[in-house]
Amino acid sequence: MEQLLSTFVRSIFVDNMVFAYYLGMCSFLAVSKNVKTALGLGMAVTFILTCTLPINYMLENYILKEGAMSWLGAEYAGVNLSFLSLIIFIAIIASFTQLVEMVVEKFAPALYASLGIFLPLIAVNCAILGGSLFMQQRAFSNVGIATVYGFGSGIGWMLAIVGMAAIREKLAYSDIPKPLKGLGITFIITGLMGVAFMCFSGLKI
Amino acid sequence: MGLLSSKNKEVLVGPLSTNNPVIVQMLGICSALAVTSKLEPSIVMGISVTAVVAFANVIISLLRNTIPNRIRIIVQLVVVAALVTIVSEVLKAFAYDVNKQLSVFVGLIITNCILMGRLEAFALGNGPWESFLDGIGNGLGYALILVIVGFFRELLGSGTLLGFQVIPEACYKLGYVNNGLMILPPMALIVIAVIIWVHRSRNKELQEN
Repeated sequence: MEQLLSTFVRSIFVDNMVFAYYLGMCSFLAVSKNVKTALGLGMAVTFILTCTLPINYMLENYILKEGAMSWLGAEYAGVNLSFLSLIIFIAIIASFTQLVEMVVEKFAPALYASLGIFLPLIAVNCAILGGSLFMQQRAFSNVGIATVYGFGSGIGWMLAIVGMAAIREKLAYSDIPKPLKGLGITFIITGLMGVAFMCFSGLKI
Repeated sequence: MGLLSSKNKEVLVGPLSTNNPVIVQMLGICSALAVTSKLEPSIVMGISVTAVVAFANVIISLLRNTIPNRIRIIVQLVVVAALVTIVSEVLKAFAYDVNKQLSVFVGLIITNCILMGRLEAFALGNGPWESFLDGIGNGLGYALILVIVGFFRELLGSGTLLGFQVIPEACYKLGYVNNGLMILPPMALIVIAVIIWVHRSRNKELQEN
């Protein structure tokens, strides 16, 4: 239980996807224009991360890893399919994205229109493939921790994009040099937020 | 229509400046931040992405009438993943040191938004030759930004270029110190912001209100 909680907190603040690893920047910068859309995309990303991480964890530990197929019998114990992991992970992620895209198109057409091209692009959101690759790298001890890690990373990403959107809504009233308006100032703010989040990096929970 | 008609030239040259993938279309930013702390990996990354985008564009453009709309993302990802595997093997064979420096980011070309963005926005609606030019143009536009960012971060952060000492020893004796902050990822964002600033003050039509 304690381990679950610390994984959760770590994945939100210490290992924040956006500010600690700079993953998922493209949609982070493009969709953070207003809080409502940002929240919608954040929820979609959290949902996909929470669903795909346990599935990829199972695949990794029961099929792909060296010796993972030993449950099928002794003759499979030497099989190592880890070179397939990138393609398998991306296939799982892409099919889930397609599912979410269809659901959003059906039930929330307004949100679908405002997310535009960035909804199908969730499949190539580095944060989601990154989540699966970190799961592989850190070798979590059970599927519960992997799920909590996925959920926490999603929440961390959502926190970042909603915070950014809130700042950008306020920015509408500030006097920014004309060429920096929009994208330029967003880069600088993200940089400053990144510097701020670096203070979490030494934290031990 | 000639091979390099004026429309095709626009497709090829546009992404270098007025329609640049990184600073105008906002695609492919993650890797632009992570690999640009030195100049050499930036160049290798730029070339790899150009090759992958160009060929993925051609393949998807040839297949565009046979792919069912609902599963197009998965088809695109498989094509891209196969190409990235080839690039990664080539890098391992001919540029092993750089491949080690780039580490996971060669694999992460799969999730580089430029690929998906160009496949969705261009290759699905245009012929193979235009798509090839579009891929080359966008790849070079991406490489251009990477090289500029890599140049300044390596020069100011380590005082070297491509591993050679550029800032003379005498400067360090006089008290010049490398700016360690330039190596950290947040500075990549700020360097890109400065590039955007310069670029948009020259191209006024790109400024946002």
